[in-house]
Amino acid sequence: MPHPVAPAPVPAPASRLGLAAVACGALAFALLPLVVPIYQVSILTEILIFAVLAMAVDVLAGYTGRTPLCHGAIFGVATYVVIYWSQHGGGPLTGIALGVAAATGVAAIFGLLAIRTSGVYFLLLTLALGMIVWGVCLRWTSVTGGENGLRGAARPEVLSGHMAFYYAVFAAVAVITFLMWRFVRSPFGMTLRGIRDSESRMRALGYNVSLHLFLAFTISGFFAGLAGAIYAVFNDFVSPSTVALSQSVEGLLMAITGGIGTLFGAFIGAAAIIGLENLVSLYTERWQSVLGLMFIITMIFAPEGVLGRVRDLLGRRAR
Amino acid sequence: MDRRTFLKTGAAFAAAAPIAAPYVARAQSGPVRIGLLAPLTGVVAAGGREMVDGFNMYFEEHGGEIAGRKVEVIVEDDAANPDTALQKARRLVEQANVSMLFGDLLANTGLAVANYVKGNGMPYFIPIIAADDLTQRARIKNVVRVAGYTASQFPRPLADWALKQGWRKVATVSQDYTFGHEQCGGFCQTFTEGGGKVLGQFWHPLNTSDFSPYLGQLANLGVDAVFAMETGADATRLMQQYASFGLKGQIPLIGAMNMTDQSVIRTMGDEVDGVIVAAHFAEGSPDPVTKDFVARYQKKFQKLPSLYGFSMYSGAMWVDEALKTVKGNVEDRDVFLGAVMKTDLTGSPLGKVVKLDDYGNPIYDVAIRKVVKGPQGKYWNMPIAQYPNVSQFWTYDPATYMKQPPYSRDFQGIKKS
Repeated sequence: MPHPVAPAPVPAPASRLGLAAVACGALAFALLPLVVPIYQVSILTEILIFAVLAMAVDVLAGYTGRTPLCHGAIFGVATYVVIYWSQHGGGPLTGIALGVAAATGVAAIFGLLAIRTSGVYFLLLTLALGMIVWGVCLRWTSVTGGENGLRGAARPEVLSGHMAFYYAVFAAVAVITFLMWRFVRSPFGMTLRGIRDSESRMRALGYNVSLHLFLAFTISGFFAGLAGAIYAVFNDFVSPSTVALSQSVEGLLMAITGGIGTLFGAFIGAAAIIGLENLVSLYTERWQSVLGLMFIITMIFAPEGVLGRVRDLLGRRAR
Repeated sequence: MDRRTFLKTGAAFAAAAPIAAPYVARAQSGPVRIGLLAPLTGVVAAGGREMVDGFNMYFEEHGGEIAGRKVEVIVEDDAANPDTALQKARRLVEQANVSMLFGDLLANTGLAVANYVKGNGMPYFIPIIAADDLTQRARIKNVVRVAGYTASQFPRPLADWALKQGWRKVATVSQDYTFGHEQCGGFCQTFTEGGGKVLGQFWHPLNTSDFSPYLGQLANLGVDAVFAMETGADATRLMQQYASFGLKGQIPLIGAMNMTDQSVIRTMGDEVDGVIVAAHFAEGSPDPVTKDFVARYQKKFQKLPSLYGFSMYSGAMWVDEALKTVKGNVEDRDVFLGAVMKTDLTGSPLGKVVKLDDYGNPIYDVAIRKVVKGPQGKYWNMPIAQYPNVSQFWTYDPATYMKQPPYSRDFQGIKKS
């Protein structure tokens, strides 16, 4: 991601406008379930979960300058572990902890291999790593159930209602989002931006670039794992399609649509893609074509994503 | 379409949206809403289309009514993806307020939806999903396989028939996923328990374009017959390459019914001639009821009916006949499901009475069928032998049978001799 100005060494104070926008967004997500029909609540839940995945992708793609194509797989590893655990009678909290740990572990291994590369090579390497996970899930029938997948009952009784579950997810996602926001604005996050803009300069300044990349990858994987674990509790079902390439691509598309390097854009991207998927498929079988068209239009008129475009316009007016 | 008409249709769509957004007040006299899930996009879209065709054909022939109430069929595309299927099932149940769900084609989509309805009791009918355990070890009360079959059900009579031909040595070649494991398992267990031997089993990934490595090995094993389990394009390729490698006519090719389903052989030539499989439905059956159905289907869609069209048509009929016995009361799910379990399907294109076993899986008269050239010069499946009353448990006691593990690549029920 080319950046016109070098990032400031200390994070700029969050603008009043930005804060207001975030508050509005949060309020919308808090109030919407009260007014929409009950089915839409599960769509909103899904939007929140996938927004976390898209944010995890954004940490790498937007803030570190490395676009990954394996986050769907990392996400799915957590989903598999949680479902597997619940199938064998384990509690949901332990399951989630194990799932996230497994996803983080996988991300660490992938990180070790992938951070040596950048650009298109990074893209291809992470794609290949993600495909390995997919292959394992498909073929290791005795554990993963192969093509048929696994069915579990990970959702605890208290959260069986749509509303209760939605607000639990809402609370969790709020905390996760805050953590990620702090993370990308921390000195560590600033260093990542520095690496994104000029790896050689950061190296010359004495930063351990590889270590930073490795940690960024692992932490991003940790967040993707969180999303995957919540998804398991939401869906109670997992199959290889959850770890497939299309899942990674979807996460990336959400991040891009919302705006790479904006973090909160992930919510807009997830809402746009999941919302459209559900709306358009009501009216036509060709809903995938409509989605494709939408991506093309977005890339032509707002290549920096929806939120990026809005920021751009606001910035221009301020000047 | 110029820009103006585009805008107009767009506006019309936008205006129609709130109206189309489903809202129903439930009343016993009101319409019955049925949610139909079918893969209309993705790898099995052609089969999905035929599912919808067969299902709609039944209601079109019956005045758009089920047990005297109007029917609204709401079709959703499951995109051959379990996550999408689950999402669409949620929409049908929670938003469109359907009274029952029907359909899905791939086992993984069906299993995902079955797990969902397990929690809310929504009746779910699966004429196509063949995953063994849904009516065996992991039975869900409200999931009923009307006019469907379990994967291992039909290969067993075929194995018995193969033994009767004097064949003692076979090899299997199959797609490497559960549907294949289960069909091969059913065949191998019966075949080896009857004194036969399985000399080799070959599992290949879905969408294999080149079968020569497997065919070369098959040719040299010295088997009496080859049992193949293939779906879709793999079936086409296997049968083509089996012929072009010169194995056709040398080693008899038998297999799973989906390999010679009309959806596969419709576009094929002489290479399918003489392949033998076992199934409940044979479009070339001389039975007048079947003949009549085939003619009607052909008139409507200009093609011979496939398993998908037949199964969905019969599934719709089954539920219709069951609902008639309770005066169309879909609102009381227990009564409705009880009626379905009790109903014997009499008018189906099979021309025979079909009943459900205690686990919600039909008991069929199974035909051993052979692909031959029909009167119109098209290949079709003609019955050559009959096995009456074949249940999913074959000759086993259900309780004992279900103690053995489900079929997998590692467990094929092969009896060591």
